Amino acid sequence: MSVKVIMPGVLTTVQDAGRFGYQKSGIRTAGVMDMESFEKANYLVGNEHGEAVLEATLYGCTMEFTEDTVIALTGADMEPKVNQMPVSMNRPIAIKTGDSLSLGMAKEGCRTYIAFAGGIDVPTVMGSRSTDIKCRIGGYQGRALSAGDEIKLGAGKSYEEVKDRRAQAVSYPALISLRVIPGPQEEYFTEQGKKTFYCETYTISDQSDRMGYRLEGAAVESINGTDIVSDGIPLGAIQVPASGKPIILLADRQTTGGYAKIGTVCSFDIPKLVQAKPGDQVRFTPISAEEVQKMYEYQQKT
Amino acid sequence: MPAGDRAMVVEFGNEISEAINNQVHALEARLTESRTMGIVELVPTFRSLMVYYDPYKTSFHELEKTIQAFGNILGNSKDAKKRILKIPCCYGARFGLDLKDMEEHTGLSRDEIIQIHSSVDYKIYMMGFLPGFVYLGGLDKRIEMPRLKTPRVKILPGAVGIGGSQTGVYPVASPGGWRLMGGTPVDFYDPDREEPILCKAGEYIRFVPITIDDYYDIRHMIVKGTYQVETVEEGDEGCQ
Repeated sequence: MSVKVIMPGVLTTVQDAGRFGYQKSGIRTAGVMDMESFEKANYLVGNEHGEAVLEATLYGCTMEFTEDTVIALTGADMEPKVNQMPVSMNRPIAIKTGDSLSLGMAKEGCRTYIAFAGGIDVPTVMGSRSTDIKCRIGGYQGRALSAGDEIKLGAGKSYEEVKDRRAQAVSYPALISLRVIPGPQEEYFTEQGKKTFYCETYTISDQSDRMGYRLEGAAVESINGTDIVSDGIPLGAIQVPASGKPIILLADRQTTGGYAKIGTVCSFDIPKLVQAKPGDQVRFTPISAEEVQKMYEYQQKT
Repeated sequence: MPAGDRAMVVEFGNEISEAINNQVHALEARLTESRTMGIVELVPTFRSLMVYYDPYKTSFHELEKTIQAFGNILGNSKDAKKRILKIPCCYGARFGLDLKDMEEHTGLSRDEIIQIHSSVDYKIYMMGFLPGFVYLGGLDKRIEMPRLKTPRVKILPGAVGIGGSQTGVYPVASPGGWRLMGGTPVDFYDPDREEPILCKAGEYIRFVPITIDDYYDIRHMIVKGTYQVETVEEGDEGCQ
């Protein structure tokens, strides 16, 4: 079973939950940017083990199927069409041999996830199928998809088995509020600097990618520069380099870095952040690690 | 200290020193042995340990307690053995692009530079930046070299060089500003190898000078899969 890429779109890659266990050797995790949409897409096609999906960015891809399968689209709405006819997001779609799927420009949001029943059959590299473009490993030949690529699919559930599954559509506003756990190097910043950071509105620069979102806006003042002896960088870490303009580090971030981190975006808010596009705006509010832990405990109970 | 809601960072200081780095690795070893519930991944760096955890299985507070308890006994746990990887390095030849500049800058002869560089066991303080990239400590001050003003666009894998007070090996083709003095046939990173990364933070590296003929012989063995990097274990008697 396979699907042939006719047009790759701006940036379409194979991703799963990410490559863990090798950060201590300098291997970045990569993986899907929007974990929530990823999990939904897999649920809709009946995949149970975090199978690899396609992540399309801003302007999606066009592809043709050589076999019957089931797909689902979540995340940004790129006005998907099967054989030129509009299809719905957030539900399973039956695909017949010879069908073509085409995505256009994202109406809202930034990243669309395409899951296939049975997942994508590319080799696992260090336990993951995620594409790490910088290190050229994983995914489809370690790179973004291009026209003519043929991606093998796994064997999965039939349309009959999953046809009633649905997921909630999400809207992606142009101004979002992000909760931030302060630290671990908050003490590098002046009181005024912290105030600026939590009161101002920042704009996502067009120099933003899977590695990180660069922000434009008021400079965050540090006490005496922000160089630190390099340490680890978690997902969502907000580094402030000498310019004072924050950078939020995301899925393709380097494993370690040498700028002070004023805070880390709460995990629950990462999915909406990564759906923001250049030009969209963000604001920050502090939250303690304890409060977020309570959210996890609450979620587990419900 | 929390680093978001799925990671915490245990800091031992804010400088590069062997004592601090030893504590980082001692804690990493303890946590790895203890198989503490909920820990996903550990990332040791020069002076801190990043502990990634699963918030559904543990919490910041639980981990903090565990780590504090370990912290109290860390001082006593001295790992006596040091594991040294002997890395063959062909100095000069087509690899030593900056050896001439190094002679001028240091006032030493090329043989002296090579002798100095290959007579130290470098400790791997941390890994990062690129897959398999080692941050080594212990470079002799006499052969420190400022980085190139304009980095090279492409440096081939296996290139051995010096950047400021650091020395190391480029594991994959990459742009870079380090001064190049030699090349190793050994792959520090090979995604197809069972263990893709050659070495671990906390281990040591000793460069062993080889000729260009040795280089190609070893390279040939590596391609055939018959080469094994020689390692030695020594008691920690301060053989710096």
